[in-house]
Amino acid sequence: MRNAFADEMTKLAQQNNRVVLLSGDIGNKLFDKFKAVDERRFYNCGVAEANMMGVAAGMALSGLRPVVYTITPFTTTRCFEQIRVDVCYHKAPVVIVGTGSGLSYAELGPTHHSLEDIAILRTLPGMRVMAPCDTAELRLALRAAVAEDGPVYIRIGKKGEPAIHAQAPDLKIGTAIVVRQGIDVALLSAGTIMPEVLKAADLLQGQGISAEVVSFHTIKPLDVDYLAAASKRVKLVATVEEHGLIGGLGSAVAEWRAAANAATPLICFGTPDEFMHEVGGQEYARAKYGLTPGNIATRILAALSKA
Amino acid sequence: MADIATLQATARDLRARIIENSSKTGTPHLGSCLSCVDILTVLYFAVLRIDPTKPRDATRDRFILSKGHGAPALFQVLAKRGFYPESMLDTYGQDGGVFAEHPPTPDHLAGIEAATGSLGHGLPLGLGMALAGRIQQLTCNVYAVLSDGECNEGSVWEAAMLAAAQRAANLCIIIDFNKWQATGRSREVMALDPLADKWRAFGWNAIEVDGHDMTALLNALQQHPARDGRPTAIIAHTVKGKGVSFMEDDNNWHYRIPTADEVARAKQELGVST
Repeated sequence: MRNAFADEMTKLAQQNNRVVLLSGDIGNKLFDKFKAVDERRFYNCGVAEANMMGVAAGMALSGLRPVVYTITPFTTTRCFEQIRVDVCYHKAPVVIVGTGSGLSYAELGPTHHSLEDIAILRTLPGMRVMAPCDTAELRLALRAAVAEDGPVYIRIGKKGEPAIHAQAPDLKIGTAIVVRQGIDVALLSAGTIMPEVLKAADLLQGQGISAEVVSFHTIKPLDVDYLAAASKRVKLVATVEEHGLIGGLGSAVAEWRAAANAATPLICFGTPDEFMHEVGGQEYARAKYGLTPGNIATRILAALSKA
Repeated sequence: MADIATLQATARDLRARIIENSSKTGTPHLGSCLSCVDILTVLYFAVLRIDPTKPRDATRDRFILSKGHGAPALFQVLAKRGFYPESMLDTYGQDGGVFAEHPPTPDHLAGIEAATGSLGHGLPLGLGMALAGRIQQLTCNVYAVLSDGECNEGSVWEAAMLAAAQRAANLCIIIDFNKWQATGRSREVMALDPLADKWRAFGWNAIEVDGHDMTALLNALQQHPARDGRPTAIIAHTVKGKGVSFMEDDNNWHYRIPTADEVARAKQELGVST
């Protein structure tokens, strides 16, 4: 995903002379092509994320379209107040990109995990929160974000994530994309966990359950039109994300469900209220927290049998 | 060359208005406002290339009051400079209004470049504006006034290092070095000294001046931008509560509100009758 990010940034820089890229001392050589377009529009801001976010806001207030890029915890929790005051209070059109989101960097330990970013950024007035499922969605999300007049946060993975969309989908901020149509249950996925969700749908298909799979690439604003329609059609809604159960897509859908008095049962798959201190890669971490096709299918089947 | 006597008269008048407003509306941070009035006066009436009728002109100089709690001073300055009618200040502190204890965003009040109030934000924002000016090939300068207490914030020093690395020569900060922060002497709370040397060590062109000497301030500001590409840090030695004998260097006036009698005595000392 990060290679696609660098490539799309290069194209955006060629097409729009207001686009500026700020990096927190990561991506060595990744942005060489961007720099070749216009070196004056690339800034390595060092290991100083609070300042980087303020600088980006200052640029945005001067008419530029800065994109801030570093590892997710450092571009979100580390500089949350700068995002709140400098970016959001000013409605500054800054695009904040977090790389290695969720459990992508599981083996680096909890300092590098990001299981709270959706939750905290969702609280900020005017902030849009996106989690594309593959490189096609990422490229479109980035383009849409740069065209917005206010702040956008995009959480992305690392590298080598499988492609979900055979061809570029029609992506609009705030409109979910149905990846596979289904009848019995709706599986709502945010971010790079999507391949596991599609495998869960396959397993359910084997049990005679038709699962709709939807990319909720935008968590805020939430696609309430989809939710309202789907909750009338399906027997069960499930959310899946590499994020804590507090405050992420699952919480956002639960908030909608309570406010809308929707009766359709909801199951949320995410990480529990703990730091993962054990050593392990992304696959290990997903398995530990039940973010596997088998566990997702099993819990959905059990819930359906009770429904 | 600006007329120094006129600038001094302007500052005296501003001080009287700020003190009156504090008493009338119960707005604190009087000491912090009075220490930066002379700096703001020189900037707004002799240095900044701004046009109050075109507050969003792309080529304008930018000013950020990074010590946002000095907003009561800035609000008076902007009115006097013509960004809005002085009568608008009659709504100060009223529910639903825009004048409070800290500057609102540019969307809410003409003349403001950035909402501040949380310390350590103005310099990074200003650096972003300075770099943007360079990208856009504009000749504008960016100025920010920081407090000495504000230099406690790590983000100030993060910005200081990036500004020097990027040779942001169009960036100029003025530190209102009044030797106090909210609850104590700034050199005792966080080992601030030697402040000018710190900025020099961080790659800035540091200039020390008497922050109440209009001529000295003007001379220092006219040395900016430095020809060698370094950003400028003017360390303005000031007195908290400057201009009123019973407020000077008394940190109680960080939060105290003057009585009607104290307002009258202050105005008498300032030689302002209305």
